[in-house]
Amino acid sequence: MLEITEGSLAVAEAVRLCRPQVIAAYPITPQTHIVEALADMVANCKLDADYITVESEFSALSACLGASAAGSRTYSATTSQGLALMFEVCFNVAGMRLPIIMTIANRALGAPLSIWNDQQDSISLRDSGWLQFYAEDNQEATDLHYIAYRVCEDPAVALPAFVCFDGFILSHTYEPVEQLNQADVDKYLPKFAPKERLDAADPISFGMYATPEYYHEFRYAHDKALKDSAAVIKKAGEEFKKLFGRDYGAMVEGYLLDDAETVIVAMGSICGTTKDAIDEMRATGKKVGLLKVRVFRPFPSEELSKALAGAKRIAVLDKNISLGSKGALALEIRDALYGSRVSVFGYIIGLGGRDVRKKDIKEIVALAEKGQGDIFYGLRKEVL
Amino acid sequence: MRELRIHGRGGQGSVTAAELIAVAAFEGGVFSQAFPAFGVERRGAPVQAFVRFDDKMIRKRSQIYEPDYIIVQDSTLIKDVNVFLGVKKGGIVIVNTEKAPDYKVPDGVKLITIDATSIALKVIGLPITNTSLMGAFAAATGEIKFSALENALRHRFPKELAEKNIEAARQAFETVKRAA
Amino acid sequence: MALAVGCRARPGKARDNKTGSWRVFKPSFDHEKCTQCGTCKTICPEGCISEDTDGKFIPDYQYCKGCGLCAEECPGEAITMKQEEK
Repeated sequence: MLEITEGSLAVAEAVRLCRPQVIAAYPITPQTHIVEALADMVANCKLDADYITVESEFSALSACLGASAAGSRTYSATTSQGLALMFEVCFNVAGMRLPIIMTIANRALGAPLSIWNDQQDSISLRDSGWLQFYAEDNQEATDLHYIAYRVCEDPAVALPAFVCFDGFILSHTYEPVEQLNQADVDKYLPKFAPKERLDAADPISFGMYATPEYYHEFRYAHDKALKDSAAVIKKAGEEFKKLFGRDYGAMVEGYLLDDAETVIVAMGSICGTTKDAIDEMRATGKKVGLLKVRVFRPFPSEELSKALAGAKRIAVLDKNISLGSKGALALEIRDALYGSRVSVFGYIIGLGGRDVRKKDIKEIVALAEKGQGDIFYGLRKEVL
Repeated sequence: MRELRIHGRGGQGSVTAAELIAVAAFEGGVFSQAFPAFGVERRGAPVQAFVRFDDKMIRKRSQIYEPDYIIVQDSTLIKDVNVFLGVKKGGIVIVNTEKAPDYKVPDGVKLITIDATSIALKVIGLPITNTSLMGAFAAATGEIKFSALENALRHRFPKELAEKNIEAARQAFETVKRAA
Repeated sequence: MALAVGCRARPGKARDNKTGSWRVFKPSFDHEKCTQCGTCKTICPEGCISEDTDGKFIPDYQYCKGCGLCAEECPGEAITMKQEEK
């Protein structure tokens, strides 16, 4: 049944239904409502979990690391500077192959200080070895949590994941969301039963040091597990569709792609506004489509190059910038399409909460048609 | 699609108003979407909140530039911010004020003024005007039923506070209905 | 306004923000009752109360947010909060 609720509360409810046993988090705008709601559920016996209050994000993820190693289903949430403070622990969690799920309410990184949305925070951790999912709306944001636990706890994967949804734009938006019920979630998500865990009766260490004879191979194995998780995501998405009707089998999703000459590629909530803009452009005869990237890690190179094969030109929207280079998504797409004749144009857009409107999407399509790309879109020249 | 933009100051409940209007509209069978645009998060700073109403799922996420409806929670904002910017012809603007307007709304736009601060002070005891203005919005636009608004308020607030807010909303609702 | 490198700013930026329009209630000072103790000036979170040449305490209504702390703390009850017409 559809219910109208705030994105953060919808995510908190989905997390509750996943039955996490340990939650450790530190509040930070715009993630706060999620962890407040979960703390409330634990305090009021609606969720049987240990909620560990900590003094920083570094401690939050460290507590999660220990709990996950001890065999608990573990959850955290953060954003922006909070995620930056977790940087070291993120690499440890992934290297120890612990399936922690963490919601990122995407927000810009300072300085200058900004509480508003872009995706610089999670993108900056693209090399940390976590899976990364990006949600277009709050339905997808909730559903991706079930899928993330299911995929990450699969022994073949054994990796952590970020479930990213745009701060404020989704986290603080009230809109209809269909929630699953406990019996259905229990059917989809078996108990977390890792083969090895911290246990005083059967001691084991996690994340020991690796000499140069081994480190290289550990990284190879980690990379392979992350790449191979693509097949597990596909299976988990298909199973989800069979049970609940919504399809997450693919890591990318096309919108009016078939005959599209210009294809916009984007991640997150910007895809909704883009679809509305595409409908209007289609009505005037422009052959435009969208390819939404739902999974950024593992990067779906194969799916992407297949989906984009028929396009004349690609306009990539990046709510991030690898300073000194280009937008992260544009770089990856160029790599995926290397050797093909399709032109790829990158646009940095919507940083630090700059609003993105339908007319912006149309203007970007016009720029791509003129062959102008690799720019910061919509600069206010008067302040430069 | 119809769109509402609410102008207020931090602490006046603009965001809550947007949320509850969306909840009430959804109960009435339309798809709705509510979201805030925070400036700096502190009491008194100008804040906007938005609501969309449509007969299908809403995908658009941009802010609202051409609203059908505008609510101004604090008439002093009219001096600082162009609150009427972009309002559609045939649109409705609701301003919380006790004075006769010394400003003009664009041509073809209906202006409704209501002294929501006095209603809120009298009924709730605090100058928090959002619930009164929600009542005025229900009466002026018909986008939400008063009964749905009551349900949304009961769901959000503890009993005594909910009843006070419902009473404030009812008084504003009836004032606007009588004037129409 | 041009961007400052590093988003740096000199002190005094807050003066650009005329917070007086935030008021719902306006403090009214009764200088007959005032003992000139200066508590209002000390307590004002906006720092907008100053003493004129006669020793009278006067708020700057361009910045007074109407929080009412001065009225609450005034030992002589010389400050009253009145709803401002809007």
